[in-house]
Amino acid sequence: MRERSAGANGRGSDAPLIFESGSPGRSGFFWPEEKGAAELPPELLRDEISGFPEMGEFEVLRHFTGLSHLNFGIESQFYPLGSCTMKYNPKVNEVVARLPGFALLHPLAPPELIQGALELLFQLERMLAEISGMDDVTLQPAAGAQGELTGLMLIRACLAERGNPRRKIIVPDTAHGTNPASSTLCGYEVIQINSNKQGIIEPAAVEQVMDESVAALMITNPNTLGVFEKNIQAIADLVHRRGGLLYLDGANLNALMGIAKPGDMGVDVLHINLHKTFSTPHGGGGPGAGPVGVKAFLRHYLPVPRIQKRDEAYELREDFPKTVGRVRSFFGNFGVLVRAYTYIISLGADGLEETSRMALLNANYLKKKLEETFHLPSTEPCMHECVFTDRHQQKQGVSTLDIAKRLLDYGFHPPTIYFPLVVSGALMIEPTETESRETLDAFADAMISIAREAKENPALVKGAPHTTPVGRLDEARAARRPVLRWEPRKD
Amino acid sequence: MRYTPHTPSDKEQMLQAIGLSRIEELVEHIPRSLRERAGISLPQGLTEVAVKKRMAALAAKNATAQDWRLFLGGGIYHHAIPSAVDAIISRSEFSTSYTPYQPEVSQGTLQAMYEFQTLICQLTGMDVANAGLYDGASAAAEAVLMARRLQEGRHRVFLSLSLHPQYRRVIATYLKNLEDVELVETPFTESGGTDVEFLKGHMDEKAMCVVVGYPNFFGVIEDLAVIQEACDRAGALLATVTTEPVSLALLKPPGAWGVDIAVGEGQSLGVPMALGGPGFGFFACQKKFIRSMPGRLAGETVDGEGRRGFVLTLSTREQHIRREKATSNICTSQTLCVLAATVFMATLGKGGMRRLAEVNARRAHRTRERLVKEAGLVPVFTGPFFNEFVLKVSGWAERRARFISNKIVPGIALAEWYPELQDSLLICVTEMNEEEEIEQLARTFCGR
Repeated sequence: MRERSAGANGRGSDAPLIFESGSPGRSGFFWPEEKGAAELPPELLRDEISGFPEMGEFEVLRHFTGLSHLNFGIESQFYPLGSCTMKYNPKVNEVVARLPGFALLHPLAPPELIQGALELLFQLERMLAEISGMDDVTLQPAAGAQGELTGLMLIRACLAERGNPRRKIIVPDTAHGTNPASSTLCGYEVIQINSNKQGIIEPAAVEQVMDESVAALMITNPNTLGVFEKNIQAIADLVHRRGGLLYLDGANLNALMGIAKPGDMGVDVLHINLHKTFSTPHGGGGPGAGPVGVKAFLRHYLPVPRIQKRDEAYELREDFPKTVGRVRSFFGNFGVLVRAYTYIISLGADGLEETSRMALLNANYLKKKLEETFHLPSTEPCMHECVFTDRHQQKQGVSTLDIAKRLLDYGFHPPTIYFPLVVSGALMIEPTETESRETLDAFADAMISIAREAKENPALVKGAPHTTPVGRLDEARAARRPVLRWEPRKD
Repeated sequence: MRYTPHTPSDKEQMLQAIGLSRIEELVEHIPRSLRERAGISLPQGLTEVAVKKRMAALAAKNATAQDWRLFLGGGIYHHAIPSAVDAIISRSEFSTSYTPYQPEVSQGTLQAMYEFQTLICQLTGMDVANAGLYDGASAAAEAVLMARRLQEGRHRVFLSLSLHPQYRRVIATYLKNLEDVELVETPFTESGGTDVEFLKGHMDEKAMCVVVGYPNFFGVIEDLAVIQEACDRAGALLATVTTEPVSLALLKPPGAWGVDIAVGEGQSLGVPMALGGPGFGFFACQKKFIRSMPGRLAGETVDGEGRRGFVLTLSTREQHIRREKATSNICTSQTLCVLAATVFMATLGKGGMRRLAEVNARRAHRTRERLVKEAGLVPVFTGPFFNEFVLKVSGWAERRARFISNKIVPGIALAEWYPELQDSLLICVTEMNEEEEIEQLARTFCGR
């Protein structure tokens, strides 16, 4: 076993790996030996899995419980990551998703035996269409980025049928990195356009590059600065006039429910992140779900199978000759869809509308509390998130990264940092609607206190974090000499 | 409201601080024409009690593996999941955290990812593995995309027809807009395995990669030795797709056969079936391909005082840094499902995984023997199998109702995907199909 290092201040993650724990012969699994033989040719069989753990069940639990203590999560800490919508993940969603009638369903069971599941999927499609102002929805994409890819495929299929799939996608400089990456994967070339000084897109910038070679423009609204793209309708007209389509990255839908529907803005296709707006847990990086909504003219291209209602029964239909095909096996991330459905019926129309308004109130409140201390790159009204920079603190040599790390010592998860890329030293704060005024006040106090420290004791901030299980980690070393797995020590 | 804590006085004070008097002033900069139409036409919210009641009613309309005798596999498997798994993934420090971009407060997630990568390497016999992809199907598509990056000048992808039909469809969808790729459907033989003579006859300097299931969609264990040899000769990469990774605790793993890329679906390692999702895709390959890999990777490093720690690494491959030049657009690793699999594999461990695989293989073999002997069903393929097999059930359409009325789904009818395989059922037997269920299955096939 490796030597444990408690380190200064009692720090040290101190956790051995599962491969460094346990004892030969231990297992947390009890199952009697099965009679009979499998009669498999011996040359097809392996020896025991070399290096695999040998631990008892309790030992395994203690190991992972120990690991959990090394994490921040939203139930322990305020977690205002911009563009990520770290809202409360309601417990009832978890209870419901674990019902055997959802958790123990096999996807290839005959449709007549999964009518409740198909009804749920069918209704969720309708609900998301209503909330976003679109005509139809597919729930198949497993995540936002897969939703983007799916949406772009729909666009490509539609334009190809009109005679020419075209070559380019316009992406603003404020976009998430997945937008250009998905475009490439769909066989498109990416044209980047710049936002203006306020961080929004001017129709003139679009006009300059919009021609018959452009398939679509991808826009995020509100954009990643938390600013509403007020020219979106004019931009949609411009794009449409040249035969292109408008794609909306719906990552920030939490700002729009009951306030403005993307479907009314001239948007032809959008994706929705259920793990953001619709409260499904982020899980440390998935699973999420990225349903795609379309206007009626794109309906024929949606992935199959489609769920249709005939008489009182739901059926699965594959007979759509124009479909782009399939982007995921089975029905997408059904367990995530169950949670989102539960959230929507829990809140209802009134609750969803209140959600977005309170998300705006919280963001504007924090913006107000911090705007005297931190530099605001855009003076446009903010929606559900606000972006500051480290310009004032840089005078003391304190950067956004330092501020973020110091926040950890105060017990807050930092905002999203250095994004959007167009803002130097960005600190992107999205409090979400589920936080109370007291929490926002405490966070603002911490930020203001760090700004004071930056002036009075910059070394304290630059050396942060001081209280976390490990200090700043050497990321350059990890990339230069990648160690991506444990291996038994060769003596 | 249910999840927003704002009292009227909170709202008033916060608005006052902002310098506003009404909530609606927050949205007045949005065009009125949009706001006027934004009302949501859905029912009002429900109490938690009403929500649970309604969801229970929906759930009750479904046939669960608890109440029915399901002999269904085909990419999703019903296995025993230790309660410890759900206990761990329900901890909010794991379930409610974001992607570990702040490693100092994410060591729990990062170490679990690192442990997972190691477990997948050990299980598949490969050098390196990433921290997870969406599902097995998109992992298979990512394998082909990686082969495309590595095999410049080669454009032919040989997809075995014995690979899961939905996976083939997903691969075709992912590749359809990339002009330099051609899919070649590769037939299977009466063994149920990929036709190696076809590969030998059709692979040349244009062959980019070969993709086969291991075990394949028919449950058949492909002869990777001869397929690998054919690939080597043509200079093509070999990718295997495993939808039932429990099998790899018993079968010689892809790495031992010299496979270049081993991917698959991880659901069967501790994740409930949940109508096929969420699970996760796993992706493992040879060390030399590290910098072409898609998806997240956790790596070991140290902090300023030399303490061991873990970070996301080699992220210059990824979309948030490389944008349109990224190796993939993926931005998730299905981390919570990956954590479930990590806890599952750690709990079963070396001995438990082997035992589980043996129980599956033996029970499936015994069941097939019984159905052949007692019910006179005929095996469709001759190749070796793990826990799934295909039997010919003549007159299936007429016999189906009898099974349903006995609350049995005896298998997956293959004719939907393989018109030449009429009256053929893909039957899966796991440790969850108890002796009584198998008895019922045999009896119903015998017409009793």
